[in-house]
Amino acid sequence: MAFRHIGTSPERVEDAALLTGRGRFMDDLPVPAGALHAAILRSPHPHAEIRGINAEAALALPGVAAVVTGVQVKALTRPFIVGVRSPIDHYPIAVDRARYVGEPVAVVLARDRYVAEDAMELIEVDYAPLDVAVDPILAMDEDAPVLHTAHGSNLVSERTFNYGDVEHAFASAAHVVSINTVYPRSLASPIECFGLIADYDPHEDVYDVLTHFQGPFAIQPVMAMALQVPSSRLRIRTPPDSGGSFGVKQGVAPYAVLMAVAARIARRPVKWIEDRMEHLTAAGSATNRVSTLEAAVMADGRVTALRWDQVEDVGAYLKAPEPATLYRMHTCMTGAYDIPNLAIRNRVVVTNKTPTGLNRGFGGPQVYFPLEQLMRKIGNVVGRDPLGIIRRNLVRPSSMPFTTPSGGVLDSGDYGALVEQALLEGNFADLEDARQRARRAGKLYGIGYAACVEPTISNMGYITTVLSAQERERAGPKGGAQATATVAVDPLGGVNVSISSTPQGQGHRTVIGQVVADALGIAPDVVRVNAELDTGRDPWSIASGNYSCRFAGAVAGAAWRAAGELRTRLARVAAAKFDCPAEMLDFRDGKIIHRENTNIGIDFKRLAGEGHWAASTLPPDLPQALSVTEFWSPDVLQPPDDEDRINGSAAYGFIFDFCGVEVDRATGQIKIDRYISAHDAGRLLHPAMADGQSQGGFAHGLGAALMEELAYDADGGFLSASLADYPMPTACETPSVQIVHRQTASPVTPLGAKGIGEGTTMSAPVCIANAVADALGLEQIDLPLRPAKLAAIIEVRRL
Amino acid sequence: MLYEKGQRHWVAFTLNGKPVSGEAEPRMLLVDFLRHEIGLTGTHVGCEHGVCGACTIQIDGEPARACLTYALRMEGREIRTVEALAGDDDALSPLQKAFKRNHALQCGFCTPGILMTLDAWLKTNPTPTEQDVREALSGNLCRCTGYAAIVRAVMDFVKERRHA
Amino acid sequence: MKPAAFSYIRAESLGEALDALEQYGEDARIIAGGQSLGPMLNMRLAGPEVLIDIMGLKDLDRIEFTDDGAMAAACVTQARFMGRLELPRAQPLLHEAMPWIGHVQTRSRGTICGSLANADPAAELPLLLGTIGGVVIAQSKRGQRGIPAGDFFKGMFETALEPDEMLLAVKFDAPKPGSGVAFTEMAERHGDFAIVAVAAVADQDGVTLGLGGIGPKPIVKRFDGLAERDVKAVLVGLAKSLDPQSDPKADAAYRRRLARELGLQTVLKAMERRHAV
Repeated sequence: MAFRHIGTSPERVEDAALLTGRGRFMDDLPVPAGALHAAILRSPHPHAEIRGINAEAALALPGVAAVVTGVQVKALTRPFIVGVRSPIDHYPIAVDRARYVGEPVAVVLARDRYVAEDAMELIEVDYAPLDVAVDPILAMDEDAPVLHTAHGSNLVSERTFNYGDVEHAFASAAHVVSINTVYPRSLASPIECFGLIADYDPHEDVYDVLTHFQGPFAIQPVMAMALQVPSSRLRIRTPPDSGGSFGVKQGVAPYAVLMAVAARIARRPVKWIEDRMEHLTAAGSATNRVSTLEAAVMADGRVTALRWDQVEDVGAYLKAPEPATLYRMHTCMTGAYDIPNLAIRNRVVVTNKTPTGLNRGFGGPQVYFPLEQLMRKIGNVVGRDPLGIIRRNLVRPSSMPFTTPSGGVLDSGDYGALVEQALLEGNFADLEDARQRARRAGKLYGIGYAACVEPTISNMGYITTVLSAQERERAGPKGGAQATATVAVDPLGGVNVSISSTPQGQGHRTVIGQVVADALGIAPDVVRVNAELDTGRDPWSIASGNYSCRFAGAVAGAAWRAAGELRTRLARVAAAKFDCPAEMLDFRDGKIIHRENTNIGIDFKRLAGEGHWAASTLPPDLPQALSVTEFWSPDVLQPPDDEDRINGSAAYGFIFDFCGVEVDRATGQIKIDRYISAHDAGRLLHPAMADGQSQGGFAHGLGAALMEELAYDADGGFLSASLADYPMPTACETPSVQIVHRQTASPVTPLGAKGIGEGTTMSAPVCIANAVADALGLEQIDLPLRPAKLAAIIEVRRL
Repeated sequence: MLYEKGQRHWVAFTLNGKPVSGEAEPRMLLVDFLRHEIGLTGTHVGCEHGVCGACTIQIDGEPARACLTYALRMEGREIRTVEALAGDDDALSPLQKAFKRNHALQCGFCTPGILMTLDAWLKTNPTPTEQDVREALSGNLCRCTGYAAIVRAVMDFVKERRHA
Repeated sequence: MKPAAFSYIRAESLGEALDALEQYGEDARIIAGGQSLGPMLNMRLAGPEVLIDIMGLKDLDRIEFTDDGAMAAACVTQARFMGRLELPRAQPLLHEAMPWIGHVQTRSRGTICGSLANADPAAELPLLLGTIGGVVIAQSKRGQRGIPAGDFFKGMFETALEPDEMLLAVKFDAPKPGSGVAFTEMAERHGDFAIVAVAAVADQDGVTLGLGGIGPKPIVKRFDGLAERDVKAVLVGLAKSLDPQSDPKADAAYRRRLARELGLQTVLKAMERRHAV
């Protein structure tokens, strides 16, 4: 396919408004008359019974309309359904027990946020603190305090998986190499916190919530069921602009339910804007995970089996869609490598910490952190450098599409070639020289690598891998992922597109303009794209939203197909007009022209308008040529089979990173000398935006590696409630990454594009960790790589 | 003059070159006053404790955090917000154009604060190095771009201004 | 995070500010730049009845450089002071260190006196005053007094100011002829409060070393007649004697290490920059 607009990097249509302060983010939007402003009183205790709540003084404060508590919310809702069968009641507010610092305990509704916060201070809550379970391993002990007494233990799910012949592989291995890692909590935390406006209509029994919920819209029925209404009576609308999400704004869903109920109780619309301290404490978190990973290794460094043991800490409740963080990567637990035998033991544990959820990378960092460190360790054992081990084990291009032991289908890519390209373009030789020179000068300098596959376009069925085959059969199969796009022409021949992708800065409106322009042979500025979603009005599916990098492959693909179908219909209209075969007509430069006689033709705008004005002249078997809505789901996304194999994502990108890092002997501070990231994400629809995703993803990975940790003390106290305690990298700490591109089209998506957006977040933490471990001569290292920690190592090991 | 708590009081100042006035309790943050009393929503709230820089505006020509300023303190001052940068005909300023050319924004939420910091700082630092730019931006957090495109945009703007 | 309600006085004269301080005492807080007080108010960590705004007081805008030293009155912002042409020669240590303080936005509003009055153990200005030496002018309705730098900082966020006193001005001593100065700081990110900050002045008679971020107030030590070859041993000994706090960012052992390593680098640099007169 040769494109005029796809594959170029035009300036974004979104930018002028955002640059001039005309963005329309949640807190910018008009507020319904009479709306109340909410503030949430939250538990200061990690685990406590709530004996009583006295809101008298709060209610007496002028300007306060209502105080809503868990008992009231429970009366009007059902607990959220969760991915596993277990009696864990998760309400959007604590009812009789608070289970994490920051759990909502009461909602104050007042005339403004200032007064609401005044009222919060006047509410008396009678807490009886309980013992806490903070560490996930200790939480599984028999005598650990139990968070959900009906369930009986803190272990909420345990599953084992066996693919191939793992026992034999380990028995015949030349070496067994293993690693234990602990991956800490962090939050991709956008600059805009949660916000929503909720209302309830008692006459039609409809809840209406305007919020920048990012999807997946599989959570919409979860919210509706919690509110005890069918999906059609929970209208979710998204604002024109969202100030970043990175998965985190999936977590606004429980608050949408909470405030919808509050609006119902108060009989007034409710507006809630989360503040930063609330956000850091309770918006969500990446899961922290304890992993043991063993590899069966042949003498030449080839890995024949992996045995995983993962203990996943999801916080105090299984917040939907957890334990998705654990199962999102199930499909590619062998990473970028051709390893035929795989065993996994997964345990999911609740602890007295904030419930986890979507967070950029979503399970990727937690898998690649042990895996890529293990590959380095294998190098040490076998006597080869890590690069050699990586090369030895990469999936070969001749194997594509490659089926992983757990059922993932890596669709395309020449991983080995990308590695070589990266080493060449990234001047690896120079980095090795730099290391040599630095070490001769007595400095602590290391090089690290990471090779990862980035799964994109999630299979909505992957979470059911956590259930057994029998449980799945009872519940009914779940698989696939429908992306929607509507392409329509208006009476003056303009083109209007609407998509269900809820962008948060990824430039969807620009890219779809390019895609549809190429499909119809028109200029992008003739195309207007609307990305605001209204479940009460627009076509949508449970897969709608922007997560797991689905946009470039699925959403842009759906728009391409919709536009293509519209083009086919318009071609038929023109063919009837010119009495020629439709195949002879080209759509280019804003016209429809006969390929052999360019005198025969018509302006696109004119032809398009005819569908409105002259419907009676259309060919009789053509229903309409005005609007096409496409639902597209990749064929390759099926439910898990009876052997627990699942292709969890439709298209897989490949990333290979390497970097050189110096550790300052005196202070333990890290300085990244150079960071190179090579990426094959299939066809790039807008290369400059793709680069922006790589740079931004790197910054998140860097933050998690160096300085971001949502920390708890041994008593469950939360330590990271302000931006001083949860430092995010500034321009001074974030170097620019040299990005190397390769584009191997995906055979699975309409445009051959794969997602891009989480890759460097998955690879950067372990790439940097590997470099630091190399610099300090360690077998492995845990995160975050704080200066104090590295200085202590330097001191103890007399480096 | 004592302004009683719990009551609203008039404050008048110059905003983007024009006189404005409105009512505020003493504790009302300037950023809330600008956004909700005056209705200019370009300045954003990111943290309310003076770290993220999303609320950066200019007070008497100097960049300042609007979340750490109380509206009544601005009596008689000259305030500039992001809405002042484009011309009256909505034409983007050269710095804004450089941002657009270089894809220096994604979600745009931190962008107004970054523009206001740079607009002031570049006046007194017309020929910065890349490192100077990064240090000047250290008080503005961005979670989308990784800063690379922002720094490129500023260097592009500086180069263009030098040739002009 | 909205502050609790407070009344507001926009002082139009020094007398008005002092009257209010006398009247309200500990229920009042002076606000100048607001960079330290603002976050505390917004997070409801401070809840004064009254805020007294002194930024409109014209007389408190003065900066003076004399042979004696450099004076900044209460409303002088860090940015204004840093921009003075006299600064590199008159106050070389402040010239070197002040770019480390906060960010462009905080220096344009934050005042020198405000930072001193706040007495955050991890802030640079208290450390710099302690190391350079000088005097703080405190003013109340009862009168005016000078508090030597060494007596001003009492503990974490605690100074020698009485509840009815405000900081009128600060005077930094002039450096002795031929002195060399050096400053360095370790922070996780550019512009953060220091984990450990080190300031050193090497004059003809010896070295003054200041350590910030260790303990509740700046630690200032004087080493008369210190020779270059002895610096390492002295700093090893000093670091061992320290009792720093541990927090999630840095434990006591790390702070001791930084004191030793950064102290060594900084003292040697100051000595190198020292020159004969």
